Amino acid sequence: MSDKCAQSRRNFLSRGAALTAAVAIAPGILLYDFARARPVGEPASGKVRWGMLIDTTQCESGCDECVQACNRENALGSDTGATAPQWIRKVDLEQEGSGKKLSLPMMCQHCAEPPCVEVCPTGASFKRADGIVLVDKHRCIGCRYCMMACPFEARSFVHEPVLDHSGATPRGKGTVESCTLCVHRVDEGRLPACVEACSKSGHQAILFGDLSDPASEISKRILSVTPTHLRADLNLGTGVSYLGLESS
Amino acid sequence: MFVGMPMKVWRFWWYLMGTSCLVWTMSLQAAVPPLDLDIGLGGHCVDDPQYMRLNHMKLLLKQRDETVRQGIRGGKYSLAKCVDCHASKVNHSVLGTDRNFCQGCHVYASVKIDCFECHSSSPTVHTLRRQAAVESHKE
Repeated sequence: MSDKCAQSRRNFLSRGAALTAAVAIAPGILLYDFARARPVGEPASGKVRWGMLIDTTQCESGCDECVQACNRENALGSDTGATAPQWIRKVDLEQEGSGKKLSLPMMCQHCAEPPCVEVCPTGASFKRADGIVLVDKHRCIGCRYCMMACPFEARSFVHEPVLDHSGATPRGKGTVESCTLCVHRVDEGRLPACVEACSKSGHQAILFGDLSDPASEISKRILSVTPTHLRADLNLGTGVSYLGLESS
Repeated sequence: MFVGMPMKVWRFWWYLMGTSCLVWTMSLQAAVPPLDLDIGLGGHCVDDPQYMRLNHMKLLLKQRDETVRQGIRGGKYSLAKCVDCHASKVNHSVLGTDRNFCQGCHVYASVKIDCFECHSSSPTVHTLRRQAAVESHKE
């Protein structure tokens, strides 16, 4: 009886979460904007911890709307050569034995204890107060230690002079770059480009929000599910977590 | 040649040298034309123009660190704002010719400028949108 009760409560919670997520994403983008935008002139707050919950069961193999949105937002171009920048990529997985297939986006996991920050000799790699891991390209000397340290291969090196400066993030030859969690949009109270594109394409696979705020959509969702943190053995405290990865 | 030269002649020699140097420097200054810059939209600068001429580099450096590392947005001294006001109406950029705002003055002063290897030298959709967002917050 109590099991059944807990089950129905869980169903109710997850349904409720899905409902509010839909409300928040569809007509209420503006509402979200103005509610969360940090006042101009204020630094990022340590009380906030931005993160993402990626539901792999909602992510469709072959769909790369998030990748394209990222490329457009940051003017990364559509080149896929060996030296092309790659801030986010789609990965298709197949489980050995069961043959279970998965598709998911991979990008900087915005660790609480980022190895890239630890190895950086100039202090260019850093974690902002609100948990977003960034490269200060003014200090980056292009040594690429961070690229070697990152267990997720999330970082790219800019090999060629950048001619297209129309992107939101300044980029330049000789520096390392990676997903910024669309910090320029987050500071304005908007959603990261990939999250927006995913919900526009009707998949709702990426949920973005403040992990420190118990009232946020992502925190509520995490209470009702058990997300997987990639390379949890390394204890990096990743800000990005995944649903549907556990072996069945 | 100078050995045994009377003091009077010696002094006159130095006077001649000094004056010719002065005349030469003045003629040099006259040869360099005054700066003729395309200031784009122009209008009121965020601070006193003379102060900005002398200190813009320090102000930009300070604000860039605060923005990148601490996430402080909407500061007064932003490179994007320089570009938005001072991009030429001809080529929509602060670079390109020696009349363009940033390039013109930096060529004149012979100081290398490397901001625009990464930053946009033209007003972009993103900077315009950012400005609009900042304005809407102020209201």
